[in-house]
Amino acid sequence: MGLANIRLERKQVASLGRRILNSVLFVLLGFAFSGIFIAALGFNPFTVYAKMISYSFLNLRGIRGSIMAGLPLMLCGLSVSAAFKMNLNNIGAEGQYAVGALMGGAFALYGPALPLPLRMAVMFLLCALGGALWAMIAAVLKAYWNVNETIITLMLNYIALLLMDYLCYGPWMAKRQTTPISEKIPQELYLPYLGNSGINAGIVIAVVLAVLLYLFFQYTTVGFQVQVNKYSLRSAQYAGINVRRNILIILGLSGAIAGLAGFVQITGVVHRVQAQLPGGSGYTGIVIAYLSQFHPLAVILVSILLGGLNNSCSAVQIMGVPSQIAAMIQGCIMIFVIAGEFFNRYRLVLKKPDTTAAGQAEAVESKGGVGL
Amino acid sequence: MENAVLLEMKGITKRFGKTNANDHICLRLHKGEIHALLGENGAGKSTLMNILAGIYRPDSGQILANGERVEIKSPRHAADIGIGMVHQHFQLISTLSVAENVYLSMGRTDFVINKAAMEKTIRNYSEKFGLPVDPAAKIWQLSVGEQQRVEIMKLLCRDCKILILDEPSAVLTPQEAREMFKTLRNMADEGKSVIVISHKMNEVMENADRITVLKGGKIADEMPAAEATVDRLTRAVVGSRTLAETVRRESEKGGKPLLSIENLCAGNDKGLIALHDLSVELREGEIFAIAGVAGSGQRELAETLAGMRKVVSGKITLHGKEITKTNVRQRISLGISFIPEDRLQMGLVAQMNMQQNAVLKDFREPAYSRWGVLKKAAIRTAAENYVKDYDIKNGGMELPVGLMSGGNQQKLLVAREIHGNPSLIIAAYPVRGLDIGAAGEINRILLEQKERGACILLISEELDEIFRMADRIGVLCGGRLMGVRENGKTDYEEIGRLMSGEAV
Repeated sequence: MGLANIRLERKQVASLGRRILNSVLFVLLGFAFSGIFIAALGFNPFTVYAKMISYSFLNLRGIRGSIMAGLPLMLCGLSVSAAFKMNLNNIGAEGQYAVGALMGGAFALYGPALPLPLRMAVMFLLCALGGALWAMIAAVLKAYWNVNETIITLMLNYIALLLMDYLCYGPWMAKRQTTPISEKIPQELYLPYLGNSGINAGIVIAVVLAVLLYLFFQYTTVGFQVQVNKYSLRSAQYAGINVRRNILIILGLSGAIAGLAGFVQITGVVHRVQAQLPGGSGYTGIVIAYLSQFHPLAVILVSILLGGLNNSCSAVQIMGVPSQIAAMIQGCIMIFVIAGEFFNRYRLVLKKPDTTAAGQAEAVESKGGVGL
Repeated sequence: MENAVLLEMKGITKRFGKTNANDHICLRLHKGEIHALLGENGAGKSTLMNILAGIYRPDSGQILANGERVEIKSPRHAADIGIGMVHQHFQLISTLSVAENVYLSMGRTDFVINKAAMEKTIRNYSEKFGLPVDPAAKIWQLSVGEQQRVEIMKLLCRDCKILILDEPSAVLTPQEAREMFKTLRNMADEGKSVIVISHKMNEVMENADRITVLKGGKIADEMPAAEATVDRLTRAVVGSRTLAETVRRESEKGGKPLLSIENLCAGNDKGLIALHDLSVELREGEIFAIAGVAGSGQRELAETLAGMRKVVSGKITLHGKEITKTNVRQRISLGISFIPEDRLQMGLVAQMNMQQNAVLKDFREPAYSRWGVLKKAAIRTAAENYVKDYDIKNGGMELPVGLMSGGNQQKLLVAREIHGNPSLIIAAYPVRGLDIGAAGEINRILLEQKERGACILLISEELDEIFRMADRIGVLCGGRLMGVRENGKTDYEEIGRLMSGEAV
C-alpha cells in the first residue's frame, strides 16, 4: 500500500487518556532518537539508559535526589502551565525565580529577626511577590498596550539574572569568598525535612499548589473566565469579561509561583543567595509544562522525571558519556512531543472504498469535518 | 438544440465523518449555459463545487471533462482544465492592485512583472464581457461588488471555461445583483458555462437556464428553468417537511420608546469611522430591521450597542437613561442581549461544552456561583433546561459545542440570549446558515419575544426575511442610515435603492 492510500483526517476530540498515551509514545520516540546519537558516540544506548534509570529511579537515594532536583522544576513548570491556561507564553519563569529569590533573600539576609513562623511567612510572601512583580511588568505591557509577553518575559530574564550577578558579586558577596555567593541565611529559615526522608517541606508546597491550581482552573469563576479568554478573546469581550484584569491576575499568579521556586531553593537547599541560582530551571519549566499538557498534577510527575534525568547524567559521565546528554535528550523529547501533538488533532486513515466503522465521539452532524 | 456537454459529474460521493455531504450526485453542464445549484444550507452544494474546483477530492465517482475522465487534484489543476471558482469569501490581497491580484492568481513565475500588459488584458476583458473594473485600483478601495468583479476577472484571465460562483448575490444589492447576472449572461453567450450556487428561488428562476436542486446531499430535482415553478422548487428544496409557520402580527402602534440613538459615530477595527451620525429611536414590542449590503456598518452598529465598541461621539439612551459610556457587563444587566453574527467566534466558545456556554454571560450570577466558586450542578441544570425547552440536539453535555450542528448551536445561543427577558435583543443574521426548519424555529422565538414586548434589532441581508419579520426597516449604506420605512409602505425596489446609497 503506497503513501497515496493514506490520508489525514481531522479528529474531533482526543480523550485525556489518548493524549497521555500519545505523550508517552513520543517521549519514548525521543529517547530512541537520542539513542542514535549515543550510539554514534560509541556507547551502547541500552546500557547508558539502563544505567541512568537505575541511578535515578531504582533506589531510594536516587529517587530522593530526583524529587529534590525536580522541586524547583515543579514550581517553574506550574508557573508556565498557569500562564498558558490563558494562552500567555510566560517564558520568564527563570527571571521571576531570580527576582523572587532576591526579594526573599534580601529579607532573610538583612531583614528584621521576626518571630519564627512570621519570619518564614514573610520570606515566603516576599519571594512570591518578587516573582509576581517581575511578571507584572510584562503583564501590564500586554494588558494595556498589547505588547508581546513572550519577548518581554524573555528579556526580563537577562535583566533579572544580571541583577542577581551584580548583587552576588558585589554588595551581597560573603566575606572571604571568591565565589559569587552571599552569607548563609539564619538557620531558623531553613526549610524542615519531612521526617528522615531527606526531602524538604518544599515538596508539600509544590503539591499543594498544584492541587490548588487544578481546583482554581476547574471550579472558580476566574478559572472559567481564563478558559473563555484562552479559546476566544472575542467571546470574552462579548461576555463582558475583563480581559485586562485576567491577564494581570494570571501572569501575576504565574510569576508568584516561579518566585516560590526561589523560596524552596534558598530555604531548602542552598541556604544562601548565589549567582545563577535558577540555572535554567525556568526554561526546563517550559519543557515540563508542554510535556504535561499544562495539567498541574502531571507537572509534578514530569518534573521528578526530568530532575532524575538531570541527575543521572553524572552517573553516566563515569562511563565517558558527556554530561550534555541530558540537555540533548530533553531537547529531543520536547521536539518529539510537540510534533506528536499533531496526532492529537489528526489521524491517519487508510483509504478504503467503504468505511462503515463507527468513529468514537464523532461529529453530531455535518459541520465538524468540513472545516472551511 | 442542446449544446455540447462540457462537463459531467457521475456518482460523486463525499463523506465527512458519518455525514454524506454528497451522495452519488450526477450533474451535466452544457456549453453556454447558466446552471443553478439550489438547496438549503448544508444540502451539499458547496461541497460538490469544491470538489469540482479541486479543493476536496471525492470518495468515489467520476468527473468527465469534454468526455475524458479527469481527476482534479488541486485548484491549480482545476484551473488548468478550465474550471475556476469565486468563493463566498473573496481571496484577494487588499493592499495590492487589481492587476497584481489577477497576475498573482495566474501562477506565473516571470522574473519581471509586466504591469502595463496585465492592465491592458484586464481592460480588454472588461470591455468584452461588460465587467467594469479599474486595473490600477487597490483592492481595499473597491466596494464588495467591485471586488466580486475582480474575482470573476481572475477566472477570465486564466481562460476558465467553467465558472463557479458561490452565493454571488449575497453581498450585492438587488440592483447590483441584476448587473452581475447580466455579466454572467454575456459570458455564457461567449461560450462559457457558469454554475451559480444559490438558495434564492426567484433569482434562480429568473437567471438560470437549468436548475438542479440538492437536498441532504442528493439530487432532489432537476429541470430547465422554463419548467420551474416556486411550488416545484419549494417541494424539492424542503422535501416533505412541514414548515413552522412564522406569522408576524402587526405591532401596536406607538409602543413606548425604548432605545434612542442620537448622532452616533463609531469606528471599525481599523480605527476608521464606520458609523456616521446615526440617529434612530427603537420602540418596545417592535422588530426593527437593518437592511444593507454586507459591510455597511451592521457589525459596528451591533457591537457598539452591545458595548463592545467605543462610541466616538453621540449618545445612546435606554429607558430614558444614558448608557453611552457603560461597558458590556453593565449593558447585559440592563437587559441588552446580543445574538452576534459570528456564532462560533463570539456568541459561543466552540471548544467549550454546552454547560459552559449556557452560562457564558451569567456565570457570575448568584445562581451559578458563590464566593467565586462555580456551582457546577446548577450550571448543568440550566443547560439541561435549555436542551429541554428548545429541543436542542446535542451529543452529550460534555461535547464541545463546535461539534453540534449550526441549527442547534444557534438554538442554544438564542435560548441563552432571551433568557431573563431582555428588553433589547440585537440579532445579527440570526438564521444565516441554518436549514429552513431551524430558521423557522428561530424566527418564531424572535416573534414571541416581540409579542412579549421586547424590542428586536434584526440585522439581515435577506430582504425576504426582513419583509417577513420587520415592523420597520432602516437601511444602512456606507455607515449612514439612509432612511427608515414602515414595512407595508415600501417595496424591494425602494429598499434596494437605499441600500445602494441613492437618496430617495
